Amino acid sequence: MIDVTSLPPVAQAAALIGVVLLEAMVLYVGYGAAEQAIGERLIERIKNT
Amino acid sequence: MSLALLALFVGFGLLIGVLFGFFGMGGSFLVTPALLVMGYPSRVAVGSGLAFVFGTSVIATLKHRDLGQVDYKLGVLMIAGTTAGIEVGKEIVLHLEELGMAGSIISVTYVFLLGGIGVFVTYEALKGGDDDGGVDHDAADAEVDADDIPDIAKTIQSYRVPPMMTLRGGVQVSLWMILGVAFATGLLSGFLGVGGGFIRMPALFYLIGVPVPIAVGTDLFEIVFSGGIGSFLYAMDGGVDLSIVLPLLAGSALGARVGSAATSIVDESEIKVYFGLMLLGGAVAVAVREIGNVYGIGVFDTVSLVLILGSALLVSGAVVYSSVTALRNEARSSSTIAD
Repeated sequence: MIDVTSLPPVAQAAALIGVVLLEAMVLYVGYGAAEQAIGERLIERIKNT
Repeated sequence: MSLALLALFVGFGLLIGVLFGFFGMGGSFLVTPALLVMGYPSRVAVGSGLAFVFGTSVIATLKHRDLGQVDYKLGVLMIAGTTAGIEVGKEIVLHLEELGMAGSIISVTYVFLLGGIGVFVTYEALKGGDDDGGVDHDAADAEVDADDIPDIAKTIQSYRVPPMMTLRGGVQVSLWMILGVAFATGLLSGFLGVGGGFIRMPALFYLIGVPVPIAVGTDLFEIVFSGGIGSFLYAMDGGVDLSIVLPLLAGSALGARVGSAATSIVDESEIKVYFGLMLLGGAVAVAVREIGNVYGIGVFDTVSLVLILGSALLVSGAVVYSSVTALRNEARSSSTIAD
């Protein structure tokens, strides 16, 4: 495990932004897959209730 | 971080994501005031707000890229001007923080800016106007009709200081005017800790004359960089708190999908008045908090937070409710025709 606090401020800042970017990409792909898998069924269910 | 706080951030992110996905703007300006109300230092509230904006705009830009609604040349120019503006805005915040005045001045600026835009949007919505800077989801990427260019943009385009730039939609404008608008919006972005969508997107349309769909796409592209650079600068000063940003982003990414899906179901003009009222609610919330601080009334902080969350809940709830109603009506009319 890398101790981020021991890094210089520029590297710490880059690591923080990198984590946010990584989460954004993972969420985009993950939620996209979930939408494809259950999106249509969910809309049909809303229509029929 | 407690589980309740984590749930609050994810839920708040979800509400903001719905708004961002539906209107193409209108997310981050709620985050920074909410964090200020919750007692986070100005630097953390602004820095974490910018980092959240960065993550959300990455997700939104990936979608808009596929629609061909990004003017990359304009985007790069905006990035240059905005970067300088953000740096100046950040220096002002840090200087004001040293003087112990940052929270108050940021709050007062928020009140006037949000209140002003809120009044404008509400007025236009009640009047039935259709060019208030909101997203026209059906507009095509076509050549701009001269009648559709706002008067201010025509004036700015008339200052033909070389070099002149030709933008998508056939718009011609001086490089210096683009950089000037970019700097001014960057300054507000760095100062208020927002991506600047609710300032810059209307600015691209009203001041430069860019067609609305391209203004939205280019703005989102630019927010990726301005939010990234802004949050990086704040992160170097310890202003980004991942325990705030990560749960907010988890909620907003899901909300953005719901909001985007709703755009093909609901007519935006039905919701516009709520959007204006939400901006006004945000402005009143920050004003209430400041009054509470001045007179030492602690309960005003709670009232303020309830107003912010309530405003976001009202509008995102209206989007979801209208979508569900429209889907059910569609199903009913289909079955009636079939009968």
